[in-house]
Amino acid sequence: MEINDYIEVFIDESKEHIQSLNHHLLELENDSSNIDTVNEIFRSAHTLKGMAATMGFQDLANLTHQMENVLDAVRNKKVTINSDVLDIVLEAVDHLEAMVVDIANGGKGKQDVKKLLQQLRSIENGQPTATIKDKESELASTVESTSTRRYQEKSVFQTLDEFEVTVLRESEEQSFHNLEIYVRLREDCLLKAARVYMVFEVLEQAGDVIKSSPSVTELEEEKFEFDFNVLLVTKEEAYAVQQKIQKVSEVDEVVVSKFSVEQLLNSDNSIMENRDENQQSHANNEIASTQEKTSENQSSNRTVITNKTIRVNIDRLDALMNLFEELVIDRGRLEQISDNLNHSELQETVERMTRISGDLQTIILNMRMVPIDQVFNRFPRMVRKLAKDLGKQVQLEIKGAETELDRTVIDEIGDPLVHLIRNSLDHGIEPPEIRENKGKPTAGMLSLNAFHSGNHVFIEISDDGAGIREEKVVKKAISNGIITSDQAKEMSQSQVYQLIMESGFSTAETISNVSGRGVGMDVVKNTIEALGGSISIDSTVDKGTVFSIQLPLTLSIISVLLIKVQQEKYAVPLSSIIETAIVHKSEVLHAHNKKFIDFRGKVVPLVSLKEVFDVPNTRQEDEFHSIVIIRKGDKMAGLIVDSFIGQQEVVLKPLGEYLSNVFAISGATILGDGEVALIVDTNSLIKTK
Amino acid sequence: MTNKAKQEMKAIVFQLKDEEYAISVHQVGSIERMQHITRVPQTADFVKGVINLRGVVTPIIDLRKRFSIEESPFTDSTRIIIVYMDNMEVGLVVDAAYDVIDIPTEAIEPPPEVIGTVDVDYIDGVAKLDSRLLILLNMEKVLSKHEVNELHQIEG
Repeated sequence: MEINDYIEVFIDESKEHIQSLNHHLLELENDSSNIDTVNEIFRSAHTLKGMAATMGFQDLANLTHQMENVLDAVRNKKVTINSDVLDIVLEAVDHLEAMVVDIANGGKGKQDVKKLLQQLRSIENGQPTATIKDKESELASTVESTSTRRYQEKSVFQTLDEFEVTVLRESEEQSFHNLEIYVRLREDCLLKAARVYMVFEVLEQAGDVIKSSPSVTELEEEKFEFDFNVLLVTKEEAYAVQQKIQKVSEVDEVVVSKFSVEQLLNSDNSIMENRDENQQSHANNEIASTQEKTSENQSSNRTVITNKTIRVNIDRLDALMNLFEELVIDRGRLEQISDNLNHSELQETVERMTRISGDLQTIILNMRMVPIDQVFNRFPRMVRKLAKDLGKQVQLEIKGAETELDRTVIDEIGDPLVHLIRNSLDHGIEPPEIRENKGKPTAGMLSLNAFHSGNHVFIEISDDGAGIREEKVVKKAISNGIITSDQAKEMSQSQVYQLIMESGFSTAETISNVSGRGVGMDVVKNTIEALGGSISIDSTVDKGTVFSIQLPLTLSIISVLLIKVQQEKYAVPLSSIIETAIVHKSEVLHAHNKKFIDFRGKVVPLVSLKEVFDVPNTRQEDEFHSIVIIRKGDKMAGLIVDSFIGQQEVVLKPLGEYLSNVFAISGATILGDGEVALIVDTNSLIKTK
Repeated sequence: MTNKAKQEMKAIVFQLKDEEYAISVHQVGSIERMQHITRVPQTADFVKGVINLRGVVTPIIDLRKRFSIEESPFTDSTRIIIVYMDNMEVGLVVDAAYDVIDIPTEAIEPPPEVIGTVDVDYIDGVAKLDSRLLILLNMEKVLSKHEVNELHQIEG
């Protein structure tokens, strides 16, 4: 009965409802006549109100209540939705969110919402002719509270939310008993809360407590006289329950009666009948459809929650991942030992273990996957607000929100995406007048698309805006000293686009507060590269721009090719390797003091890892070069190494705080023999300029 | 007891060439024997590389080089002192490491300022114990990332 047990569920569910409010309100803005959307919003607000009231967060409940009134007025066509109304309602949602965040942080969820409440009220009463009707509608929206007053003598439980109704109905269908229990404690009872606790314990052994009046919190805090009512779903018969409760000492009286949901709903409907026909049919439809939908949704939701998933603290998953990483290291060691010993039985066992741990790895990594929707869902609001601030019309389209990514990647990718979206809105999509002149629809299109491909996740942000003007970028880059005019002449289109990501570059002629001062785009690029991903730009003037981000599925375990340079071992990520080759010295071409090879008809520059890493010379040079062909985007390079050791799964480890930012090294890993091998950052070995 | 603790500082004493240095025990995680060090290219010359310290990749600094003392080959007594500071974990290669000793606070004096010696900022003070002279190190300065980065910038 601990309230704290529920608070996490409350916060999670509230967040979901707020998200759905946001989502549907924006939908409503596009299609204000859609009554289904209004109903959807109404339902979310209503559930939120119910939960908040049960948990004792009054401000939250009040605000939702007032919002609900406005929505009800909208539903009954007394208030028409326009942008101003939405702004205020959205602001209310913002406040709700702030409250929930506050509660999550251990606060009381208090906020000063008087002004907002007033605004909501004035919207609700917006049309003077509808004042009387409004009152009526308020009555309708608070059907439960009025009915409580009216039907007090029948049953205390008139205020049931849809979820409770569903549970009760389901239990009726499954021939459980819905019992309303009235308990009165003796007036000389000293520890009322303790007795309540004992009664509840008895009840919970018998079945499920659906609701209590006063609420559980109030009962625990002894905020009741001597009697209380409980709604119980149980398999046991009424008299059995009654006798059990009476065994609790200091209980004076117990009355157990059957509780009927239908009766309650009928009484609701009877109120409806009193209202004018139009509204009645509307309300009936509403209730019917609501109940149909909720009974489906809620019951399926419920089974999912109880049977199919459990909430696990992310720390535990991290701990599991760490342990597994240790296991991978030891697995590498075992593989090495079994290879050295050449013992066939041992080798077989190790192979089996390797396979199993490979499966285990897939499962653990999958467990850490989170849909990218967690990042995407905050964008519709942001885009709407930004578009308003900028005086532009923008339509946002989101595809592939269900695409899953490792949690660590999700945590990092939010800010770069925000920046790219801001950039598209500010620099990409033109103001409506200009768009019209160009013969494009006044509303710009911004689309976010996420999808899996191979071992990577792609996120594309595309707009149908002005595109990037190459000559403008080049001019700017030259004037900012990023490139020289000689360099500019030799640059390909994609190379020019990459210039946008260089630090100290900003193409907007006027610096707006929406997209930054050219510090942002290089941060975006760095963040994405730090995640082991890459970003590319494609653009057509007046047609639009596409930013395409490629990200690895996971960060911590990667496949590498182990290589040897003199006596030192290095690891090259498999994802960036095209293939390996062995070429004779005589095949190496020399041009301008640089080495090249002819690789399948392409001229590929060679990079000597020995020179880049200043590896001390310990052996004679061979007649043959071992070469690893790596790529970055569409560019290739060959790394000259001394020998290939083989492919291995390794755990990526940071070099430590002290050695951050080492050139061409992205991290380290521990090999089977316990030694550390450095992981080569191939991206920094290929220059894009 | 508290009075006594106030007056004494527990320190790990180690040796570099002929001089003895001291670091507060609070900053020391462990003392390790010499082991294979993986060189990290393109770093400051006093950064020896990284080791695998029970699953954690830990950077190693050669204190002789850091203090511009001439190099000498590693011996059986060479130790790596693992130091913790501000979420950083760094190993220091020293010629030898001895036990923990209590240094009375009154024995600690500020670093002597003598004309003709190079000023170094990483010395907190000097402690005289009987006939021994211990140099107290300021770990923050010894491990200042500033110098690592500076060198890195010149090279890169």
